[in-house]
Amino acid sequence: MTAFRLPSGGRIDRARPLRFTFDGRGFEGFEGDTLASALLAAGVGVQGRSFKYHRPRGPLTAGSAEPNALVTVGTGGRREPNVRATTLMLSEGLVAESQNRFPSLRLDLGAAAGLFAPLLGAGFYYKTFMWPAPFWEKVYEPLIRRAAGLGRAGTAPDPDAYAKRWAHCDLLVIGAGPAGLAAALTAAAAGAQVILADEGETPGGGLLDLRPGDGPDPAGMLAAAGPNLTVLPRATVFGWYDDNVFGVLETVGKRRAAPDPHQPAERLWRIAAREALLCAGADERPLMMPGNDLPGVALAGAMRRHLNRHAVAPGARVAVATNGPSGHALARDLEAAGVEVAEVVTLDPAAPPGLAALGRGRVRGMRVDGRRIEADALAMSGGWSPLIQLACQRGARPFWSAERGAFLAPETPGLTPAGAARGLSGVDACLGDGAAAAVAALSRLGLRAEPAFPPAPEDCAPPAPLLPFRASGKAGRAKTFVDFQNDVTLADLARAEAEGYGDPELAKRYTTAGMATDQGRCSGVNAALALAHLRGLAPGEAALTTMRPPFAPVSLGALAGPHRGAHFQPVRRTPLHAWAEARGAVFVETGQWLRPAWFPAQGETHWRESATREARAVRASAGLCDVSTLGKIEVTGADAAAFLDRVYCNGIASIRVGRARYALMLREDGMVLDDGTVARLAPDRFFVTTTTAMAGPALAHMEFCAQVLWPGLDVRMTSVTDQWAQMAVAGPRAREILGRIVDADVSDAAFPYMAVAETTLFGGRVPARLYRLSYSGERAYELGVPAAWGPATADALMEAAGPGGLTPYGAEALAMLRIEKGHVTHAEINGTVTAADLGLGRMARREKPDFIGRAGLARPGLAAADRLTLCGLVPLDAGAEIRAGAHVLNPGEAPSLAADQGHVTSATVSPALGHAAALALVKGGAGRIGEEVVAWDGLAGTSTPARIVSPVFLDPEGARLRAPAAEAGPPLPPPAALAPTPALAGAGTGRFGAPGAAGLRLTVEPEGAVVQVFAAPGREGEAPLAASALPCPVRFAGPGRWLVFGGLAETPAGAARVDMSGAWVRIGLEGPAAAALLAAGTGARLDAEAFPEGASILTRWNRHALSLARLGETRWEIAVSRSRALDLWEALRAAGAEFGGEAVGP
Amino acid sequence: MASLIACPHCGPRPREEFSVRGDAAPLRPAPDAAPEAWLAYLHARENPRGPHREHWRHEGGCGRWLVVARDTATHEVFSVTDVQAAARSAAREGRE
Ligand SMILES: [Zn+2]
Repeated sequence: MTAFRLPSGGRIDRARPLRFTFDGRGFEGFEGDTLASALLAAGVGVQGRSFKYHRPRGPLTAGSAEPNALVTVGTGGRREPNVRATTLMLSEGLVAESQNRFPSLRLDLGAAAGLFAPLLGAGFYYKTFMWPAPFWEKVYEPLIRRAAGLGRAGTAPDPDAYAKRWAHCDLLVIGAGPAGLAAALTAAAAGAQVILADEGETPGGGLLDLRPGDGPDPAGMLAAAGPNLTVLPRATVFGWYDDNVFGVLETVGKRRAAPDPHQPAERLWRIAAREALLCAGADERPLMMPGNDLPGVALAGAMRRHLNRHAVAPGARVAVATNGPSGHALARDLEAAGVEVAEVVTLDPAAPPGLAALGRGRVRGMRVDGRRIEADALAMSGGWSPLIQLACQRGARPFWSAERGAFLAPETPGLTPAGAARGLSGVDACLGDGAAAAVAALSRLGLRAEPAFPPAPEDCAPPAPLLPFRASGKAGRAKTFVDFQNDVTLADLARAEAEGYGDPELAKRYTTAGMATDQGRCSGVNAALALAHLRGLAPGEAALTTMRPPFAPVSLGALAGPHRGAHFQPVRRTPLHAWAEARGAVFVETGQWLRPAWFPAQGETHWRESATREARAVRASAGLCDVSTLGKIEVTGADAAAFLDRVYCNGIASIRVGRARYALMLREDGMVLDDGTVARLAPDRFFVTTTTAMAGPALAHMEFCAQVLWPGLDVRMTSVTDQWAQMAVAGPRAREILGRIVDADVSDAAFPYMAVAETTLFGGRVPARLYRLSYSGERAYELGVPAAWGPATADALMEAAGPGGLTPYGAEALAMLRIEKGHVTHAEINGTVTAADLGLGRMARREKPDFIGRAGLARPGLAAADRLTLCGLVPLDAGAEIRAGAHVLNPGEAPSLAADQGHVTSATVSPALGHAAALALVKGGAGRIGEEVVAWDGLAGTSTPARIVSPVFLDPEGARLRAPAAEAGPPLPPPAALAPTPALAGAGTGRFGAPGAAGLRLTVEPEGAVVQVFAAPGREGEAPLAASALPCPVRFAGPGRWLVFGGLAETPAGAARVDMSGAWVRIGLEGPAAAALLAAGTGARLDAEAFPEGASILTRWNRHALSLARLGETRWEIAVSRSRALDLWEALRAAGAEFGGEAVGP
Repeated sequence: MASLIACPHCGPRPREEFSVRGDAAPLRPAPDAAPEAWLAYLHARENPRGPHREHWRHEGGCGRWLVVARDTATHEVFSVTDVQAAARSAAREGRE
């Protein structure tokens, strides 16, 4: 036992001592201690140094409002600065350091900053900027950076996981003090779904600060509650957002010396509450008196908490200065604990005494009207400030209640303050008020409730507010702190007022009062009272500054949650991902996709080496490129042709069945939105592709056209991107190779350029679609097979080509090939170009009566001669390079906005030409062929003389497309290993996460047929489609749309269908923690009322798009598009680690 | 941080599941309407403080285009309707 630890009592577990270090020195505390209480018990009263003046400071509070006792906790990646020692629960082996001191907390050279105090006064930021710049940069800023500030963040990566969770409830009760407990019990007894969130380690709030027997026992109160009451301890409600959604930060393993490796550090909750009660209590106000920041001076309520909860005496002889009953209650408890009380000074707001705390480095007493009271601890209470911040985060302004002597929150729908948060005092009054508030809140929801506690009177009349105190003599010259954390004094506020910044919002910015990490919790009301006083106004006439979320600091880790590292965003993998990986592919991120960028061969060290070899192989023999990432949309319906004719600028309705056409989609303003191909599979069935990057926006645009612009058309879009493994086979030998495995006749007569066929491979073994398209300018085909057949088909193609005959190529070689041919991508289609700018003006068929962009194209400016148009650039010096991003200038012109002629959009060193080739958008470029210009690259500092040429560098006549080539080779016998590859091949399996009983079980459903079924227009809601009467699983896919798994022999009458087999993968999720894992990622309601058995929804789980079906009470099915399945599987395992589970692979 | 939109097909969902396109008031002019009509449709937008009707898409759910009527100052949502369903039922009523 130490001098300050009481021999008995408190809510600490003396049987469980805990060792910890503070500034390298070993200490011992008990289970139930905070770092602050354990240090106080050990006689360490100075726990931090102040922000600007490096003044020694001890804990002012015993809770989350603490401005002084800020420490750095943890080591390595877990190092965290600015942790409040008053809320940091002690754990075995905890490592904490003090901050803002050099070389030590006791001897701090930086305290000399106090000598510069006149320089650091209010507005010093603004004033010092007026000094000569060199002085600021060389002298002043480094000085301040060294002297001022709080703790330093660590630089190592945080090793911990952070979780998220959504919850929905009838009533959220914020704070588990007397009002909150009474409210929660009242509402839970009425059958409502209630969440009780409290920042403390155990619920109880102020009840835990009472001596045993002085109030009800929180644990006993909660013991009787039913399962519809969820208690969230260590959970701070930090934000109130639209639609009554609350942000809540739950501390789980964070700041524990040895956290459970399977538990997250923190969990960020978003709680959608139909009603909420703010029972957060109130903060005690410090006295604005000289010397009020001396170690040993603390709030009366804080001393009472340390005394009764942690069994720590504040000193040997305690003086008390109080406005209201708080100090008297402390004195009573001190005496009961055998601690001497020097004197209790009851402060009369109407006749304030001269008052100051005395001491140097530590409080030695108090001066009251010239009388000295000796004491080694000084308790102060200036009254209470209700914690109304949350209620004022959405625009409501607090108002001053003269009756309560406090700022209160106005009435706001959805969130109602109760108990001390609306200014009441006394346990019984708060119990009764919480119960009554819950009854009222539930009645707004149509629920009847009986109050768990009767109304009761308050224990005293609210005290009037206190103004700053003065003291005469030397004691009166000590600083009076208003904002302890930011070291803002009463004198600073006075100076701000004198200099014209007396308005609270201005004073805040001028002095930084209220801008520290505590967001003015200790200082806000006192600053407002002081400013009103300084300006000669009545209390409350100077307003509180605007309150914004978050109420308490929220770590970036908690906000990021699972979205970090490998799970930063969902990853999409093509069906050929593992196939390419096995061939050494280097991948590049394109949106969410991973695409092979190049395939390094042995001895190749630079990407360009590999890509050049790949591109040459395409032009010499043949290459294989995975183009599965292109957006693929099946457009069906009686009006499909008419619809696409309006969506694309060129003619679509005229495409014959079995043919494809390059097509341009415009925006309504005439600019190009995207390009792709449109293939007609049947009179009412089209297969269209988009670029990889624009797949999502293009589909959204087409849906907008169909649903909003032309709602009467019979047309439906189905994204089938994930259904197909799509391979470009390009090069002179393409037909010969393909012909060996494709059942269709691939002779030029039967299958000319731009032909399309639905066919099969290996004598009907594998369904396939073949398209004769070319991006490289070579004879080329795109072969689509169901995704699962991708790897086997790619293997077969390689085998059919023989050694070296078919070269896999990646995005880099693809770029070289397309630049050589002058084909555009979104480097050129940048949102400011028209079809004509790209040399594709003839594609826009103005004679069509209507298409998106037709009217916009007619704008005269789009025909201006100086528009940037597409052209090619080659360097005059064949050895020179041109880089994308370079600006084009006329020779001899200095770079300037006025001289700018355009810019290089894409550039490469052409393997076919042997020199650099670039595409550029240049003013009137298409008409300036042959002109010499300069490609100026300001970043690289180069100017490269170049010539404007046609953007088609190679084979402008297109002869290579149709050049004679070897006919189909002899059919390849089906390879022995010809088999589909499961979507989740390679997925992690086995036990994962927390040991013990598995909370989760992940399984893979067998793959099979998937059909999207559409109701006929106007019959969207009709049975039997809507019902699960069909003989196989039916999932909601939008109104009038269903996903049917397992095949559908007959299309129901009046419905249409699109095959999507292989596009979706189903994952089974089962176990007691299944719903919690789902709630970690989706905000959809998962309770049985909103989501009964048999129901299914479409939602997003941590940004992963998926379909979710409930198969049983704890049994779910997740359906996810194939490219996302593996990443989702791994994300589910990662997020599920805290529950422990088992993953059973395919 | 958070807010909920009540999709008529999917129920209340986090705002993150939705994307916003903008003002739902401008109607696409007839193809051969005067340039002024097209100019207004392409470029002229009101930016009211208060009630506003906007096109939103539930891209993280049913994929439908919706009209969300809300207050731009308070984000109070008054109604959420399916654009195409509303248009089709209006067309049916017109015929009857
Ligand atoms: Zn929806």
